[in-house]
Amino acid sequence: MSEQSRHSIQQFLHQLFGDSCSVHFDGPLLSGEGVFEGNPVSILGTSSRVHIGAALALELARHVLDIMRQHPSRTILLIVENSGQKLGLFDELIGNNGYIAHLSTCLDAARRRGHKIVGVVHDLAISAGFMATGMATSECFALNGAELRVMAPEAMSRITRIPLDRLNQLSKTNPILGPGAANFERIGGIAGIWSDDVRAEFGKALAQPDEEDSRRTRGEKRGGRVFAAKVAQAVREGRQRL
Amino acid sequence: MSSYLEAGARARIVGLLDKDSFVEILGPTARVTSPHLPELDMPVAFDDGIVVGQGTMDGKTVLIAAQEGGFMGGAIGEIHGAKLTGLLERALDIKPDAVLLLFDSGGVRLQEANAGLIAMGEIQRAVLAARHAGIPVIGLIGGRNGCYGGTSIIARTCDWLIGSEEGRLSISGPEVIETIEGAEEFDSQDRALVWRTMGLKHRRLIGEIDHIVPDDIGAFGEMAKNYFGRSRELTLDALEAEHAFLADRLERFKDCRDARDVWGRIGINEPARVPDLDPEPFERLAVNLALQRP
Repeated sequence: MSEQSRHSIQQFLHQLFGDSCSVHFDGPLLSGEGVFEGNPVSILGTSSRVHIGAALALELARHVLDIMRQHPSRTILLIVENSGQKLGLFDELIGNNGYIAHLSTCLDAARRRGHKIVGVVHDLAISAGFMATGMATSECFALNGAELRVMAPEAMSRITRIPLDRLNQLSKTNPILGPGAANFERIGGIAGIWSDDVRAEFGKALAQPDEEDSRRTRGEKRGGRVFAAKVAQAVREGRQRL
Repeated sequence: MSSYLEAGARARIVGLLDKDSFVEILGPTARVTSPHLPELDMPVAFDDGIVVGQGTMDGKTVLIAAQEGGFMGGAIGEIHGAKLTGLLERALDIKPDAVLLLFDSGGVRLQEANAGLIAMGEIQRAVLAARHAGIPVIGLIGGRNGCYGGTSIIARTCDWLIGSEEGRLSISGPEVIETIEGAEEFDSQDRALVWRTMGLKHRRLIGEIDHIVPDDIGAFGEMAKNYFGRSRELTLDALEAEHAFLADRLERFKDCRDARDVWGRIGINEPARVPDLDPEPFERLAVNLALQRP
């Protein structure tokens, strides 16, 4: 699966950057750069449906810090592919949540320092793996066919005690509940799903004005998450009523 | 003494703030409830499991949020998450002396999974926005549900973390690890293992949290006030320092399989006794030996 994942990412990067792209794969980590319409772009990400553990989060953060120092305000393309956080005794012992928080804090700092960070979900992103990476970008998109989810439906059914059939049924109509990039698009969790013309899509993403956080208003406009924006605004204003 | 662990969200807030100073925002009378739970025939709470508002501590203005662990384990859904995000964004407008976040949560509310997950990212971004604006964000952990999942990442995004030994802070729950990786990897029934791996004494010793206080609302409040007016910077140099700290720690303990190995390595003579130490003697030990975040 690793080979396939890397190959597919390389193909995608070639479509986007042509021969200007040089990317180094170091296990599940990938980093490098390309040129898009004359402008250099730093490329960073993970492949192979990796689980994000403390060591990998730290390596990614190292790259983000280096980009901030060496290439101020340069655009960053973040390839998001993971199976969520790493599960295991050591990662809990050492405090993986702290390492993931550091990674997303670095990405957030880069964004605030003027780096446009475009996230692209390739193949799969799950839960805290998505939070660590794609959710800390300026805008995150999904490639056609990529999957986003919080948890596999079987496990979700077991924990929530909602029968699997019913869960699958509800997931079709309720974007809040079920897996799928389309559901995350509807709730504003991703900006969109890219068509196969990835160059045009990337160009459009780069042209979008920077906003502090457009996810709630987007979820409201798309009808998939209609309360979050209103509620947050009411609390911000200190109101007693919605 | 008034137990933080036993108190509900409102009692914790009232106990922390100056008398009669608390003004709840979008409280239970507003009845802003989850629109998603009824679809699953599940009961709602009039505050969606979180109390948010404004008050004073020693006359200083604070914004405060408390997760109600008694409702769905404090898990974050659409409304719950938006209340927290809105409160943090309010900090940008009114510039309080501090924002206090009382975590008591298992993470994402699976019944509204996607909205809960995206809310995590929105909350984290709002925490960072407040911090970049120089407003201290202080997390308190000492409830029955601990602080797990995405909430554990949000907690570690705060400036400061205070907790009692009754608190836990970890990303994955013991049962989840056992289910996926097996009991050989993590035996969720082994309570001592759970506490020494995920409990706040260990977190204090490895520098993940800043202070352990007794399970007393007053003690939490006094400690929180120490951090008013103090921020952890988010400059590039500060992020580099945090990075170096985390990298050193990972390297130093990479072969450890038990918290007691870690505690021994930082110079604790009798690691096996750590779980039995009362908060004050434990803190005296921690002040000298614990790793310290920059």
